[in-house]
Parts: sequence; C-alpha cells; structure tokens
Amino acid sequence: MKKMSLFALLLLVIRRDLLLAMRRRADVLTTLVFFVMVVSLFPLGVGPEMDMLRKMASGVVWVAALLASMLSLTRLFAADYADGTLEQMLIAPQSLSVLVLGKMVAHWMVSGLPLVLIAPVLGLQFDMAPPALAVLVAGLLLGTPVLSMLGAVGAALTLGLRGGGVLVSLLVLPLCIPVLIFGAGAVEAVNSGLNPAANLELLGAISVLALVFTPWVTAQALRISME
Amino acid sequence: MLEVSNLACSRGDHPLFSGLSFSLGAGELLQVQGENGKGKTSLLRTLCGFMQPVAGEIRWRGENVEELDEDYYAELLYLGHHNAIKDELNALENLQVSAGLAGGELSEKEALVALRRMGLKGRELLPVKVLSQGQRRRVALARMLVSQAPLWVLDEPLTALDVGAVGLIQELLGEHLARDGMVIFTTHQPLAVVGVETRHLILS
Repeated sequence: MKKMSLFALLLLVIRRDLLLAMRRRADVLTTLVFFVMVVSLFPLGVGPEMDMLRKMASGVVWVAALLASMLSLTRLFAADYADGTLEQMLIAPQSLSVLVLGKMVAHWMVSGLPLVLIAPVLGLQFDMAPPALAVLVAGLLLGTPVLSMLGAVGAALTLGLRGGGVLVSLLVLPLCIPVLIFGAGAVEAVNSGLNPAANLELLGAISVLALVFTPWVTAQALRISME
Repeated sequence: MLEVSNLACSRGDHPLFSGLSFSLGAGELLQVQGENGKGKTSLLRTLCGFMQPVAGEIRWRGENVEELDEDYYAELLYLGHHNAIKDELNALENLQVSAGLAGGELSEKEALVALRRMGLKGRELLPVKVLSQGQRRRVALARMLVSQAPLWVLDEPLTALDVGAVGLIQELLGEHLARDGMVIFTTHQPLAVVGVETRHLILS
C-alpha cells in the first residue's frame, strides 16, 4: 500500500462524493428544479412587463440561487455522520481541512455548477441583454462556491441537531448577503453602462478569503459537533 | 505503547468512570468489560480523540496524543458501532475509500484479495445495500486486513458475524499481535486468540 499525498486525498474525496451524487440523482435534481421553479414564478407573479422584469432579473436569479443552495446543505455531512464515515475522517492521518475542502468542491459541482449553467436560459425569460447575461454567469461562477463554503460551516455547526435544516439557513443566509450584493450589483452596473469589474473583483476576493478560512473553520466545527 | 493515566470521562453531566489507568504494550490484547452504560464505548471514543477526557492523560510512545494529533492517528485503526461504509458504493469502492481516508492508496488487486479473504468472493461489485448485515460488517472489517496501524481499537467487532467470520477475526487478531500490534476491544461474545493471554479491564 502506497502512502497517499494530500492532493490524491482531495481527488479521492471529490470522486467519492460525485459518485455518491450520481447514484442518488434525485437529490441533485431537486436543487436544480427548485431553482428553475422559483425563478420562473416571478414573471407569472408580477406580470409580463418587460421593463420591470429586466430590472429585477439579476436580483431574482441571485436570491433563488441562494435559497436553492440552502436546500442541499443539510445533506452535506449528515449521511457521513449517520453511517460513521465522519468518525473515520476525523481520525484520518492527513489534514481534516483538506477532506472538508474536497467535500465542499464536490458539493459545489453538484449543487452550484448546474445553477451557473442554467442561469443564462432563465435570464432570457427576463429579457436580459447578452452582456448582462455574461456578467450574471461570471458573478454566479465566483459567488456560488462561496455559498457552498459558508454553507459547509453552517452544516458542520448544526450537525446532529434536530431541526438543523432550518437553523442552517438562518445561520448561513445573513453571511451570504455580501455575495448577493456584489453579484447583483455587477449586473446592475453593466445595465447602467458602468464597468462591472469592481463588483466581480470583490466577489473574487470573497471567494479567495472563504477558500482560505472556511475549510479550517468547518473542520473545527465538525470536531465540536462529534463530541 | 499506549499509556492511560488517571483518566476520567463523563457523558454530559453524568460521570462514567474516573481514575482509570492502564497500559498496553506490543503484542498485547486488552478486553474492556462492563455492563451496558458503564462507558466502554466512551472509553474507546476517548482513546480516538472524539471525546475530551474530563481528567487524565493518554500517551502514545511517551507523548501526549493531543500533541501528536495526526502522527497518532496514522498509527490508529478504529472500528466503531457504525460500519462507515456507503450503501450506494460497492464493497471494492468502499474498501478503497476507507483505505484512502486512513492515508494509504490501495490498488484494486490488494482490495480484492482482502475482500475474498473476508468471504465476500462474488460480492465485490454489488452495491453494499443489497448485502446482509453480516456481509456489510465483513466489508467494514476488511479494513483490518489492509491496515498497517499498530494500534487497533475495536468496538463490538463481532456484531452480526457468523461463527466462521468470528474464527477469521480471531485469526486476524492473532496475526496482528504476532506483528507486535496492540488491540483493545469490547465484546459481549467470547473472543480469544490462541497463544495470547487476553487482559481484562473492568469498568464498574
């Protein structure tokens, strides 16, 4: 048996979680269908006025993405907790933070990336202009990983609690407000003829910051939850 | 070598045991005994660092395990009440993932050899959810075959196993002890290893 490098371990965890997601496809589809439904309800609810729809498009897509990403959070660690795999992860001789990072990446690929890919189609429902669509997708691409990473912290803190599902949303949603502001702000900027770069750069900065701190914080939270 | 001195544990506000001291050297087999609720599982979970002791110290090769942290975990194999296997994955994938989490890259061939020895020939590629409880336990216990950790902490390893599998576990424990390994375990079934005296630790 060969010793495993940290990178190989990261790939192993990502591959495992993706494989599990592939074999439990219903879970993946719920997030995506929820996102599409929520966004599609708005034109029906507020009426088909193009001007108004165009104005609210980015906000609606972003809020829907935020809510959709909350749906799958409780499952992030719950299954591993219930079947004892999490115990084995805690006593893994490599860094627990790397394991957690692997789970975050897999979670984003399963619940964040599909939202990014389907967003342009939904944007068309709101008659968004191509440049605005491009900025929306770029913003989602930078912002949705942050939702997965902050969500993991919340999921780890509420692990094993009754009613953890609602609690995790209450914990995580306020923390996601900056992502929402800069993500929707970037589209707003391009719509009013300004450069969206500043908003996107701030989103990128938040992503990097989350990438550095959240795996470690989540690992600590898991150790506390397991006691 | 594992040394435990003056260990005290509690579950919530309820104290389980205190003043517990013992040591475990190379090639030794230690059975933790006690009635239900006396803290056998809590003791094993404390040894693995899942629970913080109220008082006392656990030392591995002379150093405190909290300071050793990952160096200690590299030498530890823990099998708990839960099997730590995924229903959606097959036996082979499960064993490879568990070995990976324990820090070793396991080739498909090595994994298949281990699973066959556990009596799972022909079941390697079935999703674990179609296997029986005993077979699932065997998948979990296959980790013992591929582990290179000297310290084994086994919590009720014999649950759901048939007589043949119990014999196999005794054989595996014998091989591990002969390699100067250490085993600390709990069980309510008789378990003895030929040629090795089982030491007993009674929690009351």
